[in-house]
Amino acid sequence: MHPTSRAWDDADAMDLYTFLIQLLNGVQYGLLLFLVASGLTLIFGIMGIINLAHGSFYMVGAYMAFTLSSLTGNLFVAIIVGIVLSVLLGIVLEWALMSHLYKRDHLEQVLLTYGLILVFEELRSIIVGNDVHGVAVPAILGNSIPLTDTLSYPVYRLFMSGVCLVLAGLLYLLIHRTRVGMMIRAGASNREMVSALGLNINLVYRLVFALGVALAAFAGMIAAPVSSVYPGMGTQVLIICFVVVVIGGIGSIWGALCAALLIGLADTFGKILVPEAAGITVYLLMAAILLWRPEGMFKRVGG
Amino acid sequence: MTSAHAEAAASKWRPIAIGGVVILLALFPLAGSAFYVELVAKVMILAIFALSLDLLVGYTGLVSFGHAAFFGIGAYTLGLLSPKYEAANFWVTLPAAMLFAGLAAFVVGLFVVRVKGIYFIMVTLAFAQMFYFVFHDTKFGRGSDGISMNFKPVAAIGSFMPFDLGNASHVYYCVLVLLVAAFAFLQVMLRSSFGRALQGIRSNEHRMRSLGFPVYKYKLASFTLAGALAGLAGYLSALQFGFVNPELLSWHQSGNVLLMLILGGFGSLYGAVVGAFAFVALTEIFQALTRHWQLLLGAAIIVLVIFLPGGIASVAGRFRRTHVGEGNDA
Repeated sequence: MHPTSRAWDDADAMDLYTFLIQLLNGVQYGLLLFLVASGLTLIFGIMGIINLAHGSFYMVGAYMAFTLSSLTGNLFVAIIVGIVLSVLLGIVLEWALMSHLYKRDHLEQVLLTYGLILVFEELRSIIVGNDVHGVAVPAILGNSIPLTDTLSYPVYRLFMSGVCLVLAGLLYLLIHRTRVGMMIRAGASNREMVSALGLNINLVYRLVFALGVALAAFAGMIAAPVSSVYPGMGTQVLIICFVVVVIGGIGSIWGALCAALLIGLADTFGKILVPEAAGITVYLLMAAILLWRPEGMFKRVGG
Repeated sequence: MTSAHAEAAASKWRPIAIGGVVILLALFPLAGSAFYVELVAKVMILAIFALSLDLLVGYTGLVSFGHAAFFGIGAYTLGLLSPKYEAANFWVTLPAAMLFAGLAAFVVGLFVVRVKGIYFIMVTLAFAQMFYFVFHDTKFGRGSDGISMNFKPVAAIGSFMPFDLGNASHVYYCVLVLLVAAFAFLQVMLRSSFGRALQGIRSNEHRMRSLGFPVYKYKLASFTLAGALAGLAGYLSALQFGFVNPELLSWHQSGNVLLMLILGGFGSLYGAVVGAFAFVALTEIFQALTRHWQLLLGAAIIVLVIFLPGGIASVAGRFRRTHVGEGNDA
């Protein structure tokens, strides 16, 4: 920590407070990516499905935050309604589409979920249009914490990071400390055996998928006031989340958390240190890690 | 057994069918209107692209979701090598496009061929996105507007001009010749010991490794070759339309070429060509129906995957099997 921060002083490019702000931004972005990537990695690790449409759920979440908060006038109400809707969406999609994919190869999974992206994007264009929209930060969280005379940090971003951390903790407890979590982990290691023991594996899968959809949509909803709402936002997140999952190791929640934070920081600082290569920093990082560990930094840890 | 018989019967007719299609394609500009000549040329370019992906998906067992990167690099080679106030030379820029696309595929391959299955899908997509940003965000690629070429390349060898690339039907025949060449090359290559080894890797990588085959090198070679062929397709596409932009490298393009393979069926070469025709026909019909044609395309893909595992090509096989009395495919 010390050598780096002194390097900033020497270069006179960034003082301590700017560094702190960027650090917080990087962590916040990383935690947001974690919410999306954790669903992606769970759905793959447990159900064996590669879901390209996962980014669309993030997009759907952001647009729900926009539409529902303009209808109700309150982002928190919008988020609660949005969570319910996204769980329902997850259940319906699993029942209608995903359940056909469990015994198919990856190529067919890729295609079906690719088709799903086209459907979601086009529906978005029909229902809401192709404009960029902003979502207001709720008044309670609208303040900023002053750091120096000129620099301050918005409370809403801290709130986002806090919520993401709480969710990460709850997810860990759900999977490792509850009966449902036990069923999920069992289902991940042997689907047939779990059914033979009389547990309803289809229900477990449906729950996992709905959980993944809800996490991604929730991430989109809380990100909406910061990132604004625009077409193509889902794909952008999806591809970065693939990088997160590749680095973290498929199926590993802990790996997804570490990798998401790493990517969040690399992206944020990459934009400042090498602005010319801003778009490609995270991919170069992925390439480096692939050379070092082709299976990701973390092997699967119990589901 | 029965399917082996059917296979043998089919392979007896295949050369005749393929020859017939080539003759039809060669005669088409005599009858078709200018619009359709250009459209069929575009389809044949996509067919080369789909063929290159078939080498990976159908014969090496590598499902790449980032193949558009090499298509785009081939296209950008022409865009970047074209001087502003004169025409580029076809005989220089075409090999250069294949070389650069192949080189990029080699470098990407060094990383991606190390991983398998679902990782491979995600990593190829991520690398393709990296190239997208290279062209989209840097001065080198001239940003999101891309490059528009003022002149078509010329095919001059000294003072001799074998064909004129400003003429749409010359472009058509040029593309047709290259499609036939790519098809024949892959056909011969896949029967060589190298091609057999690739197919061995597709069906059982561990066995090939224990037989002493350098699996990594074979896969890398296949990935590089597929990249170079995709570069050829990209080059021809840039030549036909006269401009390039980053959308050529977008993941939609990678998804669409995979869709072509699924429509035609992979692992047969001619399926890739059939798939390219089916894909363009499908999108043309949907675009004629509605502005929101992507919705129909998406829904069609979903229905296709759920109800027709194995692609359109499997329908004929299934039909035959049911009639022979093999029963339904459970």
